[in-house]
Amino acid sequence: MIRLERRPQPSRLWVWCTPLLAVALTMLAGGLMFAALGKDPIEAIRTIFFDPLFNPQFASYSRPQLLVKAGPLILIAIGLALGFRAGVWNIGAEGQYIMGAICGAAVALALYPLDSPIVFPAMVLAGLLGGFAWAMIPGVLRTAFNTNEILVSLLLVYVAEQILAAMALGLLRNPDGGGFPGSRNLQQYPSAANLELIAGTGMHWGVVTAFITVILAYIVLTRHVLGFHIRVTGSSPRAARFAGVVPARLILICLGVSGALAGMAGLYEVAGPAGQITIDFNSGYGFTAIIVAFLGRLHPVGILLAGLLMALTYIGGELAQFMLGLPAAAIQLFQGMLLFFLLGVDVLSNYRIRIGRPGVA
Amino acid sequence: MDLSTFNWLPLLAALMVASTPILLAGIGELVVEKAGVLNLGVEGMMITGAVCGFAMAIATESAVIGFVSAAVGGAVLSLLFGVLTQVLLSNQVATGLALTLFGLGLSAVLGQNYIGVKGIEISAVNLGPLADIPFLGPVLFQHDGMVYVSLLMVVAVWYFLNRTRAGLVLRAVGESHDAAHALGYKVVRIRLAAIAFGGACAGLGGAYLSLIRVPQWTEGMTAGAGWLALALVVFASWKPGRVLIGAYLFGGLTVLQLNLQAAGVKVPVELLSMSPYVITILVLVLISSGRRGRQTAAPASLGRAFHATT
Amino acid sequence: MTQPNSQEAPLLRINALTKAYPGVIANEDVSFDIGTAEIHALLGENGAGKSTLVKMIYGLVKPDSGQMVFAGAPFAPPAPAAARQTGVAMVFQHFSLFEALNVAENVALGMENPPAMGQLAERITSVSRAYGLPLDPARRVGDLSAGERQRVEIVRCLLQDPKLLIMDEPTSVLTPQEVEILFETLRKLRAEGTSILYISHKLEEIRTLCDRATILRRGKVVAKTDPQQASASELAEMMVGTALKPAARVTGMKGAVMLEVRGLSMAAPSDFGTALKDLSFQVNAGEILGIGGVAGNGQDELLLALSGEITTAAGTVRMQDDDLSQQGPLERRRAGLLCAPEERLGHAAVPDMSLTENAMLTARVRENMDKAGMLDWGAARSFAQDVIKAFDVRTPGPATAAQALSGGNLQKFVVGREILQQPSVLVVNQPTWGVDAAAAAAIRQALLDLAAQGAAVVMISQDLDEILEIADRFVALNGGQLSASEPVEGLTLERIGLMLGGAHGMEVAQGAPAHATAPQGGPS
Repeated sequence: MIRLERRPQPSRLWVWCTPLLAVALTMLAGGLMFAALGKDPIEAIRTIFFDPLFNPQFASYSRPQLLVKAGPLILIAIGLALGFRAGVWNIGAEGQYIMGAICGAAVALALYPLDSPIVFPAMVLAGLLGGFAWAMIPGVLRTAFNTNEILVSLLLVYVAEQILAAMALGLLRNPDGGGFPGSRNLQQYPSAANLELIAGTGMHWGVVTAFITVILAYIVLTRHVLGFHIRVTGSSPRAARFAGVVPARLILICLGVSGALAGMAGLYEVAGPAGQITIDFNSGYGFTAIIVAFLGRLHPVGILLAGLLMALTYIGGELAQFMLGLPAAAIQLFQGMLLFFLLGVDVLSNYRIRIGRPGVA
Repeated sequence: MDLSTFNWLPLLAALMVASTPILLAGIGELVVEKAGVLNLGVEGMMITGAVCGFAMAIATESAVIGFVSAAVGGAVLSLLFGVLTQVLLSNQVATGLALTLFGLGLSAVLGQNYIGVKGIEISAVNLGPLADIPFLGPVLFQHDGMVYVSLLMVVAVWYFLNRTRAGLVLRAVGESHDAAHALGYKVVRIRLAAIAFGGACAGLGGAYLSLIRVPQWTEGMTAGAGWLALALVVFASWKPGRVLIGAYLFGGLTVLQLNLQAAGVKVPVELLSMSPYVITILVLVLISSGRRGRQTAAPASLGRAFHATT
Repeated sequence: MTQPNSQEAPLLRINALTKAYPGVIANEDVSFDIGTAEIHALLGENGAGKSTLVKMIYGLVKPDSGQMVFAGAPFAPPAPAAARQTGVAMVFQHFSLFEALNVAENVALGMENPPAMGQLAERITSVSRAYGLPLDPARRVGDLSAGERQRVEIVRCLLQDPKLLIMDEPTSVLTPQEVEILFETLRKLRAEGTSILYISHKLEEIRTLCDRATILRRGKVVAKTDPQQASASELAEMMVGTALKPAARVTGMKGAVMLEVRGLSMAAPSDFGTALKDLSFQVNAGEILGIGGVAGNGQDELLLALSGEITTAAGTVRMQDDDLSQQGPLERRRAGLLCAPEERLGHAAVPDMSLTENAMLTARVRENMDKAGMLDWGAARSFAQDVIKAFDVRTPGPATAAQALSGGNLQKFVVGREILQQPSVLVVNQPTWGVDAAAAAAIRQALLDLAAQGAAVVMISQDLDEILEIADRFVALNGGQLSASEPVEGLTLERIGLMLGGAHGMEVAQGAPAHATAPQGGPS
């Protein structure tokens, strides 16, 4: 008989080993899935995890992509992790990402064709505020009316998608675009473009922001009273109130910060890699970031690594789609599997597995 | 727009059909939450049910087999969640989200060969003379069997929860798993059964979308219906009868919105499309502000992990 | 009174039961007999292994080795249902009740084959009347007081005509008057032939009620005795192992009023909580005010109102010239008003955080553990170390998680953490609840010492003996209302009981034993 026995305190070893174990198990199960789809599992895994970095034919293109994809994932996941740690479940980052992009792009398009160094900072600020404001909706509803923030933040994603469609077809449509949906391409507007800072690396302002955020989040969580209060609240809300935490304020901070970061991620994306507001501008970063946050153990450094890994599966997935004809959805399934395995093996860090008769010490 | 020329009959006739998916998923989730488990993976189970049901119905040309497969598919997927949360004690919120993400991916993979495929014909149940009643006939009595199954399900769940001992035990587990355990009830087993039932219901709801409501398979076709079903349970204050009312209200809204779009009302399409979500949020606010700070209706152990220490 | 038939074959023979958990042997080679129609005491302090033993009898835990014989037949219940079918019923210490369900539903859940709801309600009414435990089957359990909830548990057991009734610390939620009535009910049950296994650490109760006693210490049977022949101090020594010296009381000078509560009212913070109604009291420097009462009468709410977790109308909570009513916990700590809540894990301390982090939790503002929001973990660690040293907290070190400590050690840490911050006013709720005797004595002594140094102490406690031992004045908290205060000196248990609201409508079990299962008419 197999039993679980609670550890007096979480095992430090397993806390860091479980993500690796989860990745290994996902590769195994993923391999089986690829085999079931009629693909050579070893080749598929190699194409996803190794070719983007080391294949001489593709690496020069796909290596910079790593940072391009990881940037927004890390940026969003850091914000989400702060909330998740406090038991504040913002799962609508996708919506905040969209609203950030719309607001940032709107500022750029309003100023077009002004050539000034203030354009880009103004856009970043607008993007930040857009995401922040969108996240404040569930925040205020939760604190004022005790409305479930999980459902509200998620439902607002669908609302944001409709706003995006309305913007791409209406207000923000490129007047010189011959009636096609979509805004002007911001990459062709030098003052607004979020270009690669070091050629060939994929490093743009969003990636820089993501790295800075990782460092700041690390300091906040380990050294600052806010981070301490976040951790206490997530662990036991009553003890947090006893310690002087005002729950409403903490909820607003967590949602606000995660919204602002998601909004900035959206802005950097629309001003950089995506270039323009289109109907299908959003590509699920807001949801994938949830996986990144958990895979990174809600820890800034972990999220940094997890973001890079998840970016790799995106790039590798595209490569596998192109090279092996693997369906695009397979990679989404693969990512979902990873989160499942991670949650499953997590039990090892909090519990000991005992085999044998119960009660025998 | 001149509302007097607006044709209300097709709208009302479509109401029951439009409501059935979230009614099925909602009543299933209600049972899950009554047992003290919060499964946020409804969307993932629905869409998996949608693709399983569609694929099996096409393969066997039988709607019944389609629906049964959808229920099985939803239940199997939900048991993944069940094992993770009940046996391996993972966080229910995180695992529910994972289930949704996983389900969306899984369904897309399973359904890639069914995009654009035409669904099977499913005819209405023959209710004889009832169907011929003017106005009421088309509105109430000319639907497919699942509409009536879903209504029966509401009654059955109400009866089970309020009139049977097993239902009492299930509610007790949702109120206090520690007390239930102390009295010797098998908390984990009961919860797993509830989770599987919820998964089967969500699967049926999804299959209703792909087999009857739409009827075809497209990726991501549930478009938030699973989340609406979750909101529905909150709206209903965990009462089966109110799930029915809520589902028909939401369904009515959806139909109205689509009809207004079709009628070419001078309101932006996007505004109409987002209206069900916006109104759901407003309803949630209304419901929650009615009992500020107090969660009277929610099962006391909702979302809490149970680990027997003895 | 019927004498116990201990000469006959026992109802339950427990033979060499052993049960080990990782790192601790809960029961080792435990053997004793419970006779038919006997009230048998199982005596032992917290952590002695009483709970594990009864869980084995009730089928919740399987013994590692050993056997039981019930009424002549081997008895090894695989689950509580099997134990109930054999005739074992149990009244739990931490109630096994469901707050959102009504009385009848709760009773049905504890029965093997309950009758239809309507019929069950009738039986509940009749049995509860027959035994002086009035209950309304349609009421929601969440709205009942702790005493009433216990009646639900007892009635649930009685409806199954048990041969053996296990009661785990039943009097902790009762006033002295209610205890008397409960004892009458138990004696009546004994007269009807029911055996009772009575678990307690309250010696006087056992001496008045029980026929025989088995004493457990660290999982082993250390003595079997006739409690009516032994003195309370002899029993205590057998239970604890050593003679504990009573707390040394230094009556210092009473100083100025430190904390004044005036007209404090507060709505119930949760569905099943208690509203506070117009409370007024004051505490002087050098004084311990004991606030007694049965759990669930507003104790938790009062602590929340004093700690600042819930704020109240202006002017209701004052420290000297400061009105703290509208201030949060941080401001109150700065002002010198510190608290130690009842629930150690999850309120007073974060279970999965280290003692260092738990020191940071409440000592940050007074012990200067941060600069502009940046935390000084070194300061927290050394403060935690000081607490561990000063209060003899047995732990490997400050990096240990709070949940890894025993109840007594964690409570010493929690109380010590506040005392070392030199409070002007300290409020403690249930300071020795679930704590072993040695730790409880140390905590009481620390509170006395604190008062002797000139602090004002408010001690909220259900343990009336504890209040009588160390408090200077006593007030009763009952249904969210406070009685006038009385000096502890010269106060009798009976007087306290009346202040606590007396019997709360309980009645002495009526009628002759033969009529117990077929009661006629109402109570006389």
